[in-house]
Amino acid sequence: MNSTITSTQIIQASLRKRYAKERRFRFFGLLSILISFAFLIVLLFTIISKGLPAFQQTYIKLDVTIDETILGVTKDSEHNALYSASYNKVIKQTLTTMFPDASGRKQKRALKNLVSSSAAYDLRDAVVADPSLLGTTQSFWFLAKDDVDVFMKGKIDRSLPETERRIKDYQLSWIDALLAEDRLEKRFNTVLFTAGDSREPEQAGMKGAIMGSLYTMIITLLISFPIAVASAAYLEEFAPQNNRWVDIIEININNLAAVPSIVFGLLGLAVYINFFGVPRSTPLLGGLVLALMTLPTIIIASRAAIKAVPPSIKEAAVGLGASPVQTLFHHTLPLAMPGILTGTIIGMAQALGETAPLLMIGMVAFVAEVPQGFLDPATVMPVQVYLWSDSPERAFTERTSAAIMILLAFLVVMNLLAIMLRKKFERRW
Amino acid sequence: MTTAVGTLPGTTAATLESADPKPIIEPRSEFDIDISGTVGKPFVDNPKMQSRNCNVFYDDKQAIFDVDLDIGKNEIIALIGPSGCGKSTYLRVFNRMNDTIPICRVTGEHTLDGQDIYAKDQDPVLLRARVGMVFQKPNPFPKSIYDNVAYGARLHGLASNRSELDDLVEASLIKAGLFSEVKDDLQKPGTGLSGGQQQRLCIARAIAVDPEVILMDEPTSALDPIATAVIEELMDDLKTNYTIAIVTHSMQQAARVSQRTAYFHLGKLVEVNDTNQVFTNPEHKLTENYITGRFG
Ligand SMILES: Nc1ncnc2c1ncn2[C@@H]1O[C@H](COP(=O)(O)OP(=O)(O)OP(=O)(O)O)[C@@H](O)[C@H]1O
Ligand SMILES: [Mg+2]
Repeated sequence: MNSTITSTQIIQASLRKRYAKERRFRFFGLLSILISFAFLIVLLFTIISKGLPAFQQTYIKLDVTIDETILGVTKDSEHNALYSASYNKVIKQTLTTMFPDASGRKQKRALKNLVSSSAAYDLRDAVVADPSLLGTTQSFWFLAKDDVDVFMKGKIDRSLPETERRIKDYQLSWIDALLAEDRLEKRFNTVLFTAGDSREPEQAGMKGAIMGSLYTMIITLLISFPIAVASAAYLEEFAPQNNRWVDIIEININNLAAVPSIVFGLLGLAVYINFFGVPRSTPLLGGLVLALMTLPTIIIASRAAIKAVPPSIKEAAVGLGASPVQTLFHHTLPLAMPGILTGTIIGMAQALGETAPLLMIGMVAFVAEVPQGFLDPATVMPVQVYLWSDSPERAFTERTSAAIMILLAFLVVMNLLAIMLRKKFERRW
Repeated sequence: MTTAVGTLPGTTAATLESADPKPIIEPRSEFDIDISGTVGKPFVDNPKMQSRNCNVFYDDKQAIFDVDLDIGKNEIIALIGPSGCGKSTYLRVFNRMNDTIPICRVTGEHTLDGQDIYAKDQDPVLLRARVGMVFQKPNPFPKSIYDNVAYGARLHGLASNRSELDDLVEASLIKAGLFSEVKDDLQKPGTGLSGGQQQRLCIARAIAVDPEVILMDEPTSALDPIATAVIEELMDDLKTNYTIAIVTHSMQQAARVSQRTAYFHLGKLVEVNDTNQVFTNPEHKLTENYITGRFG
């Protein structure tokens, strides 16, 4: 104090250091944001650039002469006969007429494999719907086989030597011929959204997984939301305070939130399947397991939201003669709702992206049928991603990325929903 | 359910000292005065509510010591005293608001119209409909003005149809002196009103349940002098129909609105007398010290 340096000078000297520190801190903050952003961009870029082609699919136009003698049916045949006639012979016939140069088993099989096996079903459906088509020649756009599709998307280099190519020279000549006649076309891949899973990439769709996820999420929501909100409300508003048991329950709920998700799968296997006999691979079972996993998330968020409701509002209600339950339902819960809903949607989003526990309870099976209810065998979206990523066909690679994109889209929609609900229910006090 | 009301840490003595704005010349001598029983007139001829041997504990800490007091019919009684002396705690005994604090325990006999309000078969919900409360900080629900006032009536089924409810809301707002200001905005949020209007809304909300007694815990401490004057005027009108107990830190307010004044000190009821007498000629040395501003 008695030196000639005043405290203002001391402070000034230290100021520069302080500002430098601040600048450094800001720089690092900005840097970390940029880094994480860069990662996000790279992630999105790889997924989208890989997945985008999957939203298109090659179709082949064939002029099919629906020959009654090959099919062995007439216009007046019974529905069953029409239905079970061998339409793939007609398709094969069409292709051989177009490309008579195919010789030998191998080339003949390759010729047949220009179009997907679903072509026969498309033809069958057309004929069954309108038997008068029999005997006529019609143009159809059929799904191209995955190899043709992959080639059309430029993923097979024709300059490679034939032995290293999946598409051989004779196949190339057919494709070129088809192209010359405008018989090959890339269209929006509706199959991806309208079909269930399939071994054939061009026939594989996400609908089964989307519906499976939907049914599973409904179960998860129906079970976890009421239980979690009731637990949170009880713990916050009714449970005796400073009670040892309540403390133990609280600690365990928090621990539950940190349990690795695969453990919930084991629990589901032991309790739901082995003890209660819930059928495997079903949305009901998946929903039950995911509900277990989601509970602690919603409970913790709900408790925080309930705690944040101003006590003065509750006092006002109690002071007017509202019972504790009335106070809860009229005031506390409505005011806590934005927080509760946000927690719920975060929990649901977690559940939507969860695979590990579902592997334990048989939801990883190949299911071609689109599930129609809670008790049909089903997979969910992330499991579908896993299954496709595991498939050897080249065409499944892009479909895997497309499946991830669809899953991400659902997650984004859910987050938007969370924000909207928050805005809608938010009220100031 | 926990409440934030009056959770003051530390001892009452410490609270007392820190709350003192002026330096005390000989602080010890002020506290050494013995409080043995209440002086003045704690009892009245026509009591609305009675309290005998009232003791209140927070866990093992006693906040109220052996208080006897009557609240007369259609009177306004003011509870005054230094911060932390237990005014709020005592006020909340009368509508069993203390029940909502798990650690709070009340002993003694308390009656409303001669009926034991702490009896086993007394429903606290019904009691709180008969003994309403207005809080220190205006606390309207985040709903419309209409719904705020209608809440209690709906809760207790006091109106059988919409038009009856409309009438009740209007009458309550008129009694609370708020109707002319809000009659065109009944659907606007109650939280959008000014502080003074909010507090009158809270009074209207309390009146709408048609209580017999209204407890007010520092109802104007968050308000400016003009809003305060409006509410004081309102209280004067209200006392023809209601019995009012008001906790206040403002001695002028106590003097202006109340007929009787009770002075609390460290959880004990020191003196109860006609308001005039308390402020002109207090019987007890502690009361005198307090009202002359020597502490508190
Ligand atoms: N919820 C509670 N838990 C524990 N102690 C409490 C609680 N509420 C009040 N107390 C204690 O009871 C005593 C009286 O508090 P009270 O709130 O009744 O005082 P007050 O006279 O209303 O004070 P003020 O004028 O500041 O509002 C204080 O010592 C306080 O610490
Ligand atoms: Mg108080």
